[in-house]
Amino acid sequence: MLHRIVAGALALAVPFAIPAAGHAQEKVLKAVMHADVRVIDPIWTTQTIANIHGMLVYDTLFGNDSDLKPHPQMVGKYEISPDKLVYTFTLRDGLKFHDGSPVTSNDVIPSLRRWAARDGVGGRLFSFVEKLEAIDAKTFRMTLNKPYGMVLESLGKTNSSVPVIMRAQEAATDPQQQVKEAIGSGPFRFAKEQWVPGSKAIYLKNPDYVPRPGNEPASSFAGSKFPGVDRLELIWIPDSQTAMQALIAGEIDFFEAPNIDFLPILSRARGVKLEKTGKLDSTLGMIRLNHLHPPFNNPKARQAMYHLIKQEDFLRAVVGNPEYYKQCFSFFTCGSPLTHPTGIAALKDYNPKKALQLMREAGYNGEPITVLQATDHVTITPATQVLIQAMRDAGLNVDAQSMDWGSVVSRRTKKEPPAQGGWNIFVTTTGGVGSSNPVLHTWLGGTCDKALTGWPCDAKIEELRNAYAFAQTDAEKKAAAMAVDERAAEVVTYVPFGQWSVPIAYRQDRIENVVTNTGLAVLWNIRRK
Amino acid sequence: MTAYIVRRLFATLPVMAVVAVFVFFLVRFAPGDPAAIIAGEDATADAIAAVRAKLGLDRPMLEQFVIWTLHLLQGDLGVSIFSDLPVSRLIEQRLEPTVALTFSTLFVAVALAIPIGVIAAWKARKLVDRLAMAFAVLGFAMPVFVLAYVLIWLFSVKWGVLPVQGYSPISQGLWPFLEKLILPSVALGVTYMALIARITRASMLEVLAQDYIRTANSKGLATDRVLLLHALKNAAVPIVTVIGIGIALLISGVVITETVFNIPGLGRLTVDAVLKRDYPIVQGLILVFAAGKVLVNLAIDISYAFLDPRIRY
Repeated sequence: MLHRIVAGALALAVPFAIPAAGHAQEKVLKAVMHADVRVIDPIWTTQTIANIHGMLVYDTLFGNDSDLKPHPQMVGKYEISPDKLVYTFTLRDGLKFHDGSPVTSNDVIPSLRRWAARDGVGGRLFSFVEKLEAIDAKTFRMTLNKPYGMVLESLGKTNSSVPVIMRAQEAATDPQQQVKEAIGSGPFRFAKEQWVPGSKAIYLKNPDYVPRPGNEPASSFAGSKFPGVDRLELIWIPDSQTAMQALIAGEIDFFEAPNIDFLPILSRARGVKLEKTGKLDSTLGMIRLNHLHPPFNNPKARQAMYHLIKQEDFLRAVVGNPEYYKQCFSFFTCGSPLTHPTGIAALKDYNPKKALQLMREAGYNGEPITVLQATDHVTITPATQVLIQAMRDAGLNVDAQSMDWGSVVSRRTKKEPPAQGGWNIFVTTTGGVGSSNPVLHTWLGGTCDKALTGWPCDAKIEELRNAYAFAQTDAEKKAAAMAVDERAAEVVTYVPFGQWSVPIAYRQDRIENVVTNTGLAVLWNIRRK
Repeated sequence: MTAYIVRRLFATLPVMAVVAVFVFFLVRFAPGDPAAIIAGEDATADAIAAVRAKLGLDRPMLEQFVIWTLHLLQGDLGVSIFSDLPVSRLIEQRLEPTVALTFSTLFVAVALAIPIGVIAAWKARKLVDRLAMAFAVLGFAMPVFVLAYVLIWLFSVKWGVLPVQGYSPISQGLWPFLEKLILPSVALGVTYMALIARITRASMLEVLAQDYIRTANSKGLATDRVLLLHALKNAAVPIVTVIGIGIALLISGVVITETVFNIPGLGRLTVDAVLKRDYPIVQGLILVFAAGKVLVNLAIDISYAFLDPRIRY
């Protein structure tokens, strides 16, 4: 009797258990990223995951390497006029969108315009663009009204939002609306019909992709792109422990953002390799003050906050393991070429008594200071707790308002006084690449109402940021950056509390050719062994 | 009976209407703004306002409600603010994993709980009963995620016999489908097993004290016939009620289990939508859950009439 039951069960199960023949030969890469792909338009949102998606599906004109130097990507050749006002670009031969249509200048121009309408770096570039015109199907010309020195770096930027090239019909979409289709000319084609938001996004190799000739070595976004697998699955596993176990068990190949607590386990796991994400640290911590309302509408009160911050305390709470963090007394990522050579003295001066004294001199009389306290963020929550304790220890009256991160993101846009739903302080983080020069680092902006939340208002810092953008030599750039750094410290655009980097983890016994990059993960060249 | 069912189905309409009104306004009164999340970390207040305007979130709340209701009356649950996909498609994608997990969990729970409960009642206050109830209490007290991680470590990492995570649709093969459901069903089923076993025992004890059971025993009927045919059937009403409540709870999502085992079910869809303030998804899901609960309750009520002929509608 029993053998009949077993035989019956097998007869039922076997036909289902045989995998489809088409999948058997496929080379599949399964990667767990830091978030799930929910938005397919990397211009509409600055979310990092949307831009990782964007870099698989679309291509860019230039790509910056790991030293942040731009290299042509879709562009075959380009010329810059001697007065540095006219840039003429010619696209490489054979570039095609996933629907088979050729990539032309008429696709490039609206794509760049749409990017510039949403991205701070793009907006700054286009504020100097007098004319952007197609010369022929493959050639286009950008004419500037000033010799802006960041044209190629901006086009090759490796952090959100990336200036990807879309088809003209998608590029014509209102920048405030999401495109309906993700059809690019990048190394992978987005399989929208298999997309399950909140679970997985599937990408299939683009067989028509034409890599840069000459097998240029890959470095961040630069170099030849070779789609290394037939199928790329971005799987979203919300629980970090489950993702770690899945990597150890070999169910996934690549884990972009393992929890720091699990790194010792992963470092001992057979076949698993941990690797730093790039030359620069990936994340910088910052305490943002609201310049619109007392007490922080007074520069002295803002400067007082420097003396409350012992970076080591924050970093121990946020990261824990000193191997992965470092103190940084500059507004530019430490380790990048433009970081302050000696560090800014005020940022090193931990002195709570002095902080209280400066606050009193600024007119502070114990009024509540509203701190937006995120309760569900892996790094921002502990950092905010350390800040609140440091403020209370110094004798400040803290009104800590607890809420989830989504509410902080919403609440911090309110310009009303704290008592009417506004705020005084929130803690956040920013990327290491974006903070590596005065133009990319939009949190340094002092454009008042147009600035990022906190609304610093300082014409001088904007002048200095522009001076950097027009600097022609490396020495001039370095001097200009140092001036920005020192002015930012004076104005207190924010209070930095150090930087850190969490390594990626992958199965080195199964995949190879992993290209590291600070910021957006580079997945296109990975091959299965 | 038919008239009763029709009456009950009509009675769901005002319930759904009240749920629709509450859920629409509650999600909007909650703090948070999807436009700020979409615009991203480096967005200016103006950029966020522009996104909000394009999404129609700057319109008066009443106007938004009227638009949503008109679409709803046409069977349109709207589109996700983030993915721009229809809410109905997103729910449909997540329905199979949730239904599969619900029924596999109940299978595990009921298959263990009924025998345990019956035996515990039969051997009341003896060692077997105490062991069975200790097991039930332990199962009920142990957090699902603890058991889940233990199972993963043992069966997936140490022995490598079952996968750590994921869900495979039944269309991709029976064994891939089943192997990914075993651990989550056991982890979740233990809790429900404990609950059903305790109810079964309590209900059976009450029935076993009845005169007709004594008569059956004195007639010399075999113990298994007395327990299963005479006692269990009459003890079934509260047991079925608990199982029904279990179905309703499981269908509306078991977030922790779905998260730990990475099952893309409705529970995770709900939590993700709430955290992202994806209003149309939250609204659509709550309506679906409400409808599900109403239907499950109706099915339970109807089952009473079959289990106990004295109950008539």
